[in-house]
Amino acid sequence: MLKIDNLHAEIDGKEILKGLTLNVGAGEVHAIMGPNGAGKSTLSYVLAGRTGYEVTAGSVTFDGQDLLALAPHERAAAGVFLGLQYPVEIPGVSNLMFLRTALNAQRVQRSEKEASGAEFMKLVKAAAGELGLPYEMLKRSVNQGFSGGEKKRNEMVQMAVLEPKLAVLDETDSGLDIDALRVVSDGINRMRSPDRATLLITHYQRLLDYVVPDFVHVLVDGRIVRTGGAELAHVLERDGYVSIAA
Amino acid sequence: MSALPTRRDEAWRYSDLASVARVWPVASPELILVAAGTRVTRLLVQDAASDAVAVHDFAVTVEAGASLDFRIVNSGGSYGRVALDVALHEGAVFDLGGIIIGGNTQNLEIVTTVRHLGPAAVSRQVVRCVVGGSAVGTYLGKVAVAREGQKTDAAQSFKALLLERGATANAKPELEIFADDVKCAHGATVGELDRNALFYLESRGVPPVQARALLMRAFLSDALEGMDEGEREAVEVLVTDILAGAL
Ligand SMILES: Nc1ncnc2c1ncn2[C@@H]1O[C@H](COP(=O)(O)OP(=O)(O)OP(=O)(O)O)[C@@H](O)[C@H]1O
Ligand SMILES: [Mg+2]
Repeated sequence: MLKIDNLHAEIDGKEILKGLTLNVGAGEVHAIMGPNGAGKSTLSYVLAGRTGYEVTAGSVTFDGQDLLALAPHERAAAGVFLGLQYPVEIPGVSNLMFLRTALNAQRVQRSEKEASGAEFMKLVKAAAGELGLPYEMLKRSVNQGFSGGEKKRNEMVQMAVLEPKLAVLDETDSGLDIDALRVVSDGINRMRSPDRATLLITHYQRLLDYVVPDFVHVLVDGRIVRTGGAELAHVLERDGYVSIAA
Repeated sequence: MSALPTRRDEAWRYSDLASVARVWPVASPELILVAAGTRVTRLLVQDAASDAVAVHDFAVTVEAGASLDFRIVNSGGSYGRVALDVALHEGAVFDLGGIIIGGNTQNLEIVTTVRHLGPAAVSRQVVRCVVGGSAVGTYLGKVAVAREGQKTDAAQSFKALLLERGATANAKPELEIFADDVKCAHGATVGELDRNALFYLESRGVPPVQARALLMRAFLSDALEGMDEGEREAVEVLVTDILAGAL
């Protein structure tokens, strides 16, 4: 589904990704772990197409098409979802307006029928209920006044409504309390299906106890330096990155 | 007001004086009288043709205990000016919501003088401005509190978004206070569209043009706060159309 080959990318002329190769098949969950500043968020931004992140070499294909040739909104419509490490606040735009605009913009691009008010409301209420985010909060401005954990739940509500094929979740587990971690993990697990894939960026083994990955990759200094199964996360938790970076 | 204004006139310091000269002398101000204890709402949409010069002047009196809710959408003409001189008597309330949307080489301004003549009058002015191209958007708000204007409550807020480097926003609050027990607040900020918010919207599937329009509309909507629901929706539709066409 997602094929990243020898990806090099820089910000402000500084190379951050230095030949990253990664294949994610349909139905799979991959975890990416790695020290602060290794380039994990950078990878997520490059996949989403954020301006300022320049790809200098390598390729990324998604479902056979050149992902890097698409604008960010086209990538979203193609089925790529980025759960942000730091979700953005947008004063004056309600969560409901934001999400409905997004859903219908994607549908228009895919030549699908736009969601009616009633259909949208049903989708959002179900998602908010499952993720334990009071529906009333969604009437407020996007993420404004939301706690750290509420912002992360809100990302998951968006994911549940938009139903992406590939979810790239950048530290969605950071800042969640123990109960919220379980709720969010359930949300991710509900999205697991043979035609979807998930890329989990995380620092913590605990998330991976709930969402058991098929593969764990270690990203250090812009490259994947080690790949293993779910057990690799336990090794990292015990020994740290130093042991494997060598 | 028969002599052509010059740059030295406070109320005309950012105006397109060549355009002003073309239409000078302008018509005498429209008079609005809000009788004691009544409430009046007014919406002015300045959407003159792109080569036109539009100057709207109002001389307003809000009598004791009365209130005026005045909304402005200033977006048309090569030069568009809306000026209000408002006299507030005891306990009067004046709400101004002003929107300026300009592109190309437009020069658009909202100029107010609010006179708190009696005690305990309230004025709340909120002006939001979005300018692109090499357009100029200006809000000049003068608040004058007379000796009798104790317990005056006057607030002014101006915020502008510059869409391109060539665009300019000007704001200059001016206070002239002769009473000692007054509350006068003002704030002005000039910024750009939030890139993080734009990326957030785009990453969720919203095309850039639509994402920008959504953020601009949200920004401008501060100036529509407090309007009746139905009327507000109508103005929002209008603003959406103007944003789609102008920028
Ligand atoms: N605008 C920028 N200009 C220069 N360097 C940058 C810029 N943005 C990020 N970097 C650098 O890129 C590197 C990778 O950052 P990135 O956010 O991808 O790390 P990360 O692996 O997600 O770290 P963390 O675990 O702390 O979230 C860091 O060294 C960071 O300082
Ligand atoms: Mg990061």
